[in-house]
Amino acid sequence: MTAVLSPAPTDQQPAADTADPLLEVCGLTLHRGTRKIIDDVSLSLGRGETLALVGESGAGKTTIAVALMGLLRRHEARIEGSARFDDMPDLLALREREWTRLRGRRLAMVFQDASAALNPCFTVGSQLMSVLRRKLGLSRAAARTRAIALLDDVGINDAAARLSAYPHELSGGMQQRVMVAIALSCNPELLFADEPTSALDVTIQAQIMRLILDQTRARGASCIFVLHDLALASQSCDRIVVLYAGQVMETGPSETVLTRPLHPYTKLLKFCVLEIGTRELTPPAGGVPSFDAMPQGCRFSTRCPNALPRCASDKPPLLQVEGRMLACWNPQ
Amino acid sequence: MSEMPPIFELLDVEKAYQVSRPSGFPAQRSFQLKALDGVRLRVEAGSSTALVGESGSGKSTLLRVLLGLTQPTNGHARFRGHPIAEARAAGAGPGNGAGGAGSFHREVAMIYQDARGSLNPRMTVLDLIAEPLRHFRLCSAAEVPARVAQLLQRTGLPGDVARRYPTALSGGQIRRVAIARALAQDPAVLVADEAVSGLDVSTQAQLLNLLRDLQRSMGLTLLFITHDLGVASYLCEHIAIMYLGRIVEAGPTGAVLAAPAHPYARALRAASPQFFAPIAAPLPGEIPSPVDLPPGCRFAGRCGIAQDDCRQTDPALTRLSPARAVACLHPLAT
Repeated sequence: MTAVLSPAPTDQQPAADTADPLLEVCGLTLHRGTRKIIDDVSLSLGRGETLALVGESGAGKTTIAVALMGLLRRHEARIEGSARFDDMPDLLALREREWTRLRGRRLAMVFQDASAALNPCFTVGSQLMSVLRRKLGLSRAAARTRAIALLDDVGINDAAARLSAYPHELSGGMQQRVMVAIALSCNPELLFADEPTSALDVTIQAQIMRLILDQTRARGASCIFVLHDLALASQSCDRIVVLYAGQVMETGPSETVLTRPLHPYTKLLKFCVLEIGTRELTPPAGGVPSFDAMPQGCRFSTRCPNALPRCASDKPPLLQVEGRMLACWNPQ
Repeated sequence: MSEMPPIFELLDVEKAYQVSRPSGFPAQRSFQLKALDGVRLRVEAGSSTALVGESGSGKSTLLRVLLGLTQPTNGHARFRGHPIAEARAAGAGPGNGAGGAGSFHREVAMIYQDARGSLNPRMTVLDLIAEPLRHFRLCSAAEVPARVAQLLQRTGLPGDVARRYPTALSGGQIRRVAIARALAQDPAVLVADEAVSGLDVSTQAQLLNLLRDLQRSMGLTLLFITHDLGVASYLCEHIAIMYLGRIVEAGPTGAVLAAPAHPYARALRAASPQFFAPIAAPLPGEIPSPVDLPPGCRFAGRCGIAQDDCRQTDPALTRLSPARAVACLHPLAT
């Protein structure tokens, strides 16, 4: 079914190439007024790799994704740092005109709320075809053929008829499939998926996660998921970045980080995950402090059970520890 | 306990709505939409029950029936042995707070899914929590501030929250206010509709611990509506899984989730995220429209083990063991 669109599938799934990463973000910092929303975030993403940004609200997961998609306006936030993407030396320095050539073609995004992201005034077909015609310069007829094949790829039955449907005529799961089809329409090298399933029922969630993973894998694309569910992240992503209030706490292969978390925050987050049969939950007390009241050092220090006096004043560096990167003065 | 009538008892409750759909302008055809069909449920005093289902399964309609906000078109819905409509009518009006027969409104407290939307933004937290106290005349005017302070403390909120307005509170705090307001009327039953959804995991965990603690220490009957099996298993002893207007499986939460008898319950269980398990093979398709239900079992179209008789006979909820019931012609081995 995917034959029309996907690049010729290789026999063997290429192992994620970490020697030459597709995306390398260095020291991403983002100020809004006096508030430092993102504080010195560095991450890298190999080709064909899936990465999860996890953390609670206010951790800056979505902001990082939006900044890397060039969707933040200059006057909204002051951005520092750099982001090398393939042959582009720095995404963060691009002008809007350069972004328009890149966005949707080489980088694409699946948004959290498909019903809000799709335009209610236009049919699914016209929204899908406008991307194909604009970004790839296809003719109307070619765009239509390709749109049908794309809807078919994302598991929408009777695709030709669905082209003339308006978004409100589709269920939430179907709308999210259309979003995935639009995002994949130009075979992007990097796909962002911002909580793609948080508005959906669990059985539909499984369908959509499988769909995104299968389709990006078939195209050899890399994928960055924004997730709040650690269990889901462990099921879907090769690597994980644990964020708290805009700082990276711990990052590394999901299996290493989640089976043996070293950072107190990762541990607490893991202990808050409800699985079937969980008997006791031990959540950290309190909430995230406001950005105006953030400590100078580690931002988790106000809630951390292991906090030392220096934690609030000195920011711990992100260091290689036992197969992952860890930013903590006092791990256990 | 066995002599006491259960708190809620539903016997073959059916709720049908008449809906019309355009069938070639300007003609309209009228359809019957059965939002609930043959629902049987028993909620004993002091128990905790989770109602689980995906969107379109009829959870909200069932909730409306239980609260007496809508009348079932067929079957019986009883509260402490009396029809819910009668119980409501008898208990209407203020001043029925002292207990006795007609106190349905005071005894059944509700925590809404959209806690922020359920609280008047022009009232302070103090007034919001005091409202049930005053309405049911549960304490004298002089005692109100002290009682509110006590409720805030019970729900883990700092005392100075009382002077604030809902807009000044975080998502977790607002849920606690909604819980405090529900507890203010000194209820016997707490009905919570997705009371912890859409929150961060640490806030969700704090609230779940609070609800579990309240239910146990105050002997409340808890009816918890959720789509999350993890939440259901953490909070509730009993579970009822709904699909398209019918309870397809019910029983003790641990036993049902350890070995589901209904294929839909099994699929739901497999779809719940679990650490490092591969993402489950998803169920094909989506929940069909309740307007044109297939004949026979309503799950047959998505069921991996459906047989010919499943497409002809509609299975009713039947006993599997003394504690468990399932609506399936070919239940899975438990």
